[in-house]
Amino acid sequence: MAEGLTWNVYDANTMTQADIYGEVLCMLGETNPKIVGLSADLAKSTKIGRFAEKYPERFFNAGIAEQNLFGMAAGLAKSGLIPFVSTMAVFTTMRAAEQVRTDICYQNLDVKIIATHAGISFGQAGTTHHCTEDLAIMRSFANMTVIAPADGIETANAVRECVNYPGPVYIRIGRGFEPSCNDNENYDFQIGKAVEMHPGTDITLICCGVTVAQALEAAKHLKENDGLSVRVINMHTIKPLDEDAILSAIQDTRRIITFEEHNIFGGLGSAVAEVIAASGKACAFEKIGIPDCYCLVGYPEDLYNHYKIDMDGMVQKVREVMGKDFEDDDDWEDEV
Amino acid sequence: MSISDQEMKELKKRARQLREDILDITFWAGGSHIGGALSMVEMLVILYDKYLNIDPNNPEWEARDRMVLSKGHAGVGYAPLLARKGYFHFDILKDFNKFKSPFGMHLDSRKVKGVDVSTGSLGHGLPMAVGLALGARLQKQEWYTYCIVGDGECNEGSIWEAAMAASHFKLTNLMTFVDRNKYSVDGSTEEVMGIEPFANKWKAFGFIVKEIDGHSFQELSEAIEAAKIEEKGPVVIIANTLKGKGVDFMEDDVKWHYGGLDSDSLVKAKASIANMYEND
Repeated sequence: MAEGLTWNVYDANTMTQADIYGEVLCMLGETNPKIVGLSADLAKSTKIGRFAEKYPERFFNAGIAEQNLFGMAAGLAKSGLIPFVSTMAVFTTMRAAEQVRTDICYQNLDVKIIATHAGISFGQAGTTHHCTEDLAIMRSFANMTVIAPADGIETANAVRECVNYPGPVYIRIGRGFEPSCNDNENYDFQIGKAVEMHPGTDITLICCGVTVAQALEAAKHLKENDGLSVRVINMHTIKPLDEDAILSAIQDTRRIITFEEHNIFGGLGSAVAEVIAASGKACAFEKIGIPDCYCLVGYPEDLYNHYKIDMDGMVQKVREVMGKDFEDDDDWEDEV
Repeated sequence: MSISDQEMKELKKRARQLREDILDITFWAGGSHIGGALSMVEMLVILYDKYLNIDPNNPEWEARDRMVLSKGHAGVGYAPLLARKGYFHFDILKDFNKFKSPFGMHLDSRKVKGVDVSTGSLGHGLPMAVGLALGARLQKQEWYTYCIVGDGECNEGSIWEAAMAASHFKLTNLMTFVDRNKYSVDGSTEEVMGIEPFANKWKAFGFIVKEIDGHSFQELSEAIEAAKIEEKGPVVIIANTLKGKGVDFMEDDVKWHYGGLDSDSLVKAKASIANMYEND
């Protein structure tokens, strides 16, 4: 924790993830003059505008020009500064994908990208403003660190930690009042280290972003109603992935479901599947997210329900997977 | 300020050396973006010999001027210049583009000393140069950012995004050159995707435009010196050049955007370069 700063000055119940990000960045800017901010005409909605108001000389609005936005950020980083860049996730990872990859990741620059409106958090806006591909794209860029914080508190932790974390960092956050699952920031948040939010031995739910809070509710519900012991892992860092947490889950529960606000291809579920496959262990497994389609329009809550990444969907999926068979191997204990 | 006879002699000697180096590396590598490397020789030579504040013994020196070769495919013309300035030994260029060489066609700032920014994908260099210039100004640094853009590269929208930003932010510590050699890969710029009226486009984007003969050290020098004291806004120097300049069978021929040389054509090309300088 940085000296002299109070990290619980914001009210997670009344502030969005983006609001909290804006506040934290202002605090960081106070002690670190190297931090500069950039946006592409979305300073207000991404909340980097708070930084812009406080430090106007250290903020650059690129206008509606995302390629130049990320190119300028690379140049600013090359000049010795630490740029924080915020625009919507969809424009960050697709319109400016090549600038993020070639200008920033290839040169391994200290550019911190806080992309808002990720997943289907701007559900009403339609496919042009949804972003269910970003984890897959960002995960495939060498040098990039990819984080999907569970809530506003964790966003604060991630933003704080990324300043001194070497190289480019991509943090995807939502838009609205996503429910909180952490009471305060005083838990062991480390980039690349999963957090076990709920203990369990029957099945493991591996989640990131908004699905973490839903999984905690589902775990409570399943304990009370089905007597199931459900482990919930908050895999806030998609890359580098905490493989040990996944290997432990295979060993301890032998049933895993991933839930993410992302296409089922290429994101958290795929990353976890790669670890399971390489482990050589039998494991009942399912990945739940947007089933390789362009998402419907609607309020996020309705969409989360439709795509079964809210509590109701999770309860249903857990019951299905608990009934699933997987091939036992006799020498399981020896191998582990 | 006019260039003295002695200085002119030195600049030409450097330019001749660079042209010969480009031919040798093209021969060793089996092929290169030779046409656009030969067209920018005078620009690079005068910048590195006369204007850039650099220390090849200390490539990361914070106060150095920055150079961004936005037309990154012309790396074959940039690498030997850096070698001759002393950033690394010229002989390692014999492995240019070969297995595990630090030198790809498009130079990597993390592998090649003296290269401030990795480039290669067109339309990326100028936005990064704008960021560098903003960073220098914010940190009250005196260093200057120079950027060489290709003319075909100006088909890229991101060049114009960056141009808009350079003039919006009134970046007078950024100097942009366009190597107007009039060809891209598929043909002449005007046939493929016309960029004219080119000077007017830059003017409309808020630039102060200087249009010169890009092979004339005298004109380059005058334009650069005028650009350095310009306070109204960013300057672009449109350097009219000849693609393949100095090699008679390459000049003004789109076929030589990218090409290789065998030992016979290498001899012919070198003879043409010799002819250019000896009859000067």
